Amino acid sequence: MSSSTDWPLWEVFVRSRRGLSHTHAGSLHAPDAEMALRNARDLYTRRSEGVSVWVVPSTEITASSPDEKDAFFEPAGDKPYRHPTFYEIPDGVKHL
Amino acid sequence: MTAALALGDDALVLSHRLGEWAGHAPVLEEEVALANIALDLLGQARTLLSSVGDEDELAFLREERSFRNVQLVEQPNGDFAHTIARQLYFSVYQHLLYGRLAAGEGQFAALAAKAVKEVAYHRDHAEQWVLRLGDGTAESHERMQRGLDALWRYTGELFEPVEGLDLDRQTLGDDWLAAVTSVVRRATLTLPTGPQSGGWAAGAGRQGLHTEPFGRMLAEMQHLHRSHPGASW
Amino acid sequence: MVAVTAGRTAQGVADAAEAGSEREAAAFDAAVAADERIEPRDWMPDAYRATLVRQMAQHAHSEIIGMQPEANWISRAPSLRRKAILMAKVQDEAGHGLYLYSAAETLGTSREELLDKLHAGRQRYSSIFNYPTLTWADVGAIGWLVDGAAITNQVPLCRCSYGPYARAMVRICKEESFHQRQGFELLLALSRGTPAQHAMAQDAVDRWWWPSLMMFGPPDDASSHSAQSMAWKIKRHSNDELRRRFVDICVPQAQALGLTLPDPDIRWNEEIGQHDYGEIDWTEFQEVLKGNGPCNDQRLAQRRTAHEEGAWVRDAAAVYADKQRARADGSGAEGTTTDAEATAHPVEATA
Repeated sequence: MSSSTDWPLWEVFVRSRRGLSHTHAGSLHAPDAEMALRNARDLYTRRSEGVSVWVVPSTEITASSPDEKDAFFEPAGDKPYRHPTFYEIPDGVKHL
Repeated sequence: MTAALALGDDALVLSHRLGEWAGHAPVLEEEVALANIALDLLGQARTLLSSVGDEDELAFLREERSFRNVQLVEQPNGDFAHTIARQLYFSVYQHLLYGRLAAGEGQFAALAAKAVKEVAYHRDHAEQWVLRLGDGTAESHERMQRGLDALWRYTGELFEPVEGLDLDRQTLGDDWLAAVTSVVRRATLTLPTGPQSGGWAAGAGRQGLHTEPFGRMLAEMQHLHRSHPGASW
Repeated sequence: MVAVTAGRTAQGVADAAEAGSEREAAAFDAAVAADERIEPRDWMPDAYRATLVRQMAQHAHSEIIGMQPEANWISRAPSLRRKAILMAKVQDEAGHGLYLYSAAETLGTSREELLDKLHAGRQRYSSIFNYPTLTWADVGAIGWLVDGAAITNQVPLCRCSYGPYARAMVRICKEESFHQRQGFELLLALSRGTPAQHAMAQDAVDRWWWPSLMMFGPPDDASSHSAQSMAWKIKRHSNDELRRRFVDICVPQAQALGLTLPDPDIRWNEEIGQHDYGEIDWTEFQEVLKGNGPCNDQRLAQRRTAHEEGAWVRDAAAVYADKQRARADGSGAEGTTTDAEATAHPVEATA
């Protein structure tokens, strides 16, 4: 509202070309979403790095806590049967 | 020749003015935005000037009276609102103009087809800022209004005939007025009411009559190049 | 493994005790030792955080103050090609400042706070930018020497232990590769040009050479932060190592330019396979650092003025956003993401 208020921070995601997903590129300040999008275009795609841009207020991102990383991510570590390399296939079998 | 110089000089001179913001913009994000616009314009200027001669000879060795740009683009930056007012007036005009040229089959069709996309962005940038400054604080509202008012008298010349540009100036002017009016209203501002050209020479940029600040701008822009005749850089 | 032991200073241990988690401190040390990246929400020693904020802030400040000496020549660039290059370069510097402030913000320090410190003279920027750009050739010398020194310094930072800083540096180094080249090319054109142009180029190199060497910071035996920063892998090589590497790079390049480096003591040292160079005037370095350089006051004053004169603009946009939010609240849904694909113009237009 006043000069003591900094513009909010936005996280910028850029799709570098069609067929790829948006990737986090960095962040910037902007007073609102419209300006954030424009600033993102100017800042993060000035060397033709993108074909599409998302901006998200940094405060709207909920992140997993590093403290919980064991509880969050370790359980996935003992389920190798989710990966194709878990399965043995006889030599010569194709298209599998 | 005349038309290429008119369009090229517009782009060159406005690019130079925007370049003067480097290191002075109100916020870092805007440093980047203004430089993008300046670079687009410089690119357009180089294409246009090169189409009729040596770009550097034309930019650095012509006298003030030989420049064909409108007076609007040579006006000093003033405060940010003043610059944005200049951007609004000019980029709406340029967007409409290039849109028409791109649709036609004249000598500028190819250039205009590329430039119209750049200029759409310049126009959007100006409109976004007019909205924010007009409908922001009391101070920004007042500054924005002052900028619009001060530059209004230079807008009439945008629609003066240019030799080699075969356009319906009347509809161009009408569309421009409608677009500018719409933005100005949404920004809670008032469309200036004075004449769109004033005094004996306002509107005569296309004939090589310019305003005092332009001479100083050129002196600065040209001095180094002129100090080393024949040198290459 | 030196890093592990050196990394756990008394301060580091105290921090860990305070956080009540030896386990986290050990995880931090292990990550640094294994050359893994530390990410914003990971536990880190307070001193590591403070050092990073200080270094990233100084780096960001250098980018934006560094715009000034070069922007000084945009309006006078002697050809349209050079004008475009210079504008793009100064713009990149603003962009790099933005990347770095963003990286610093991941540690919980706002850009506003850092800018306030810069404006109050409580945080530094690279002293090199306190020297004036007196002629057009200075633009070339800055590109070749100053950016060259910066790149020598920065490339190792792409492997810095702090993730956001390392990532910002990757982007910056990629973009900066043209900065040094354009400077070299500019000087080459002058050197091969008229006698007046050649003299201009030599004069610029004479003035910028020594300050460029000073950019690597004080000699190793006098550098207060170096050892700890290297242990933490915030810094990857010592000041003197990088300085000598830079001299090695510049000597043949100066020959190619047909210009002389203003140091009669530069000569090849067979024994170490590197160049020796003359004594650096550290008194000058200290003086400029203290604020007695030719442009310290001017640079800071321009930065402050731009910031102060921009306050009403920033306020206006913030107030407008508040008004828009209030209007939207009246009608319900609030969008938090904006997809460029949904807004047909103008972001798509750049594709």
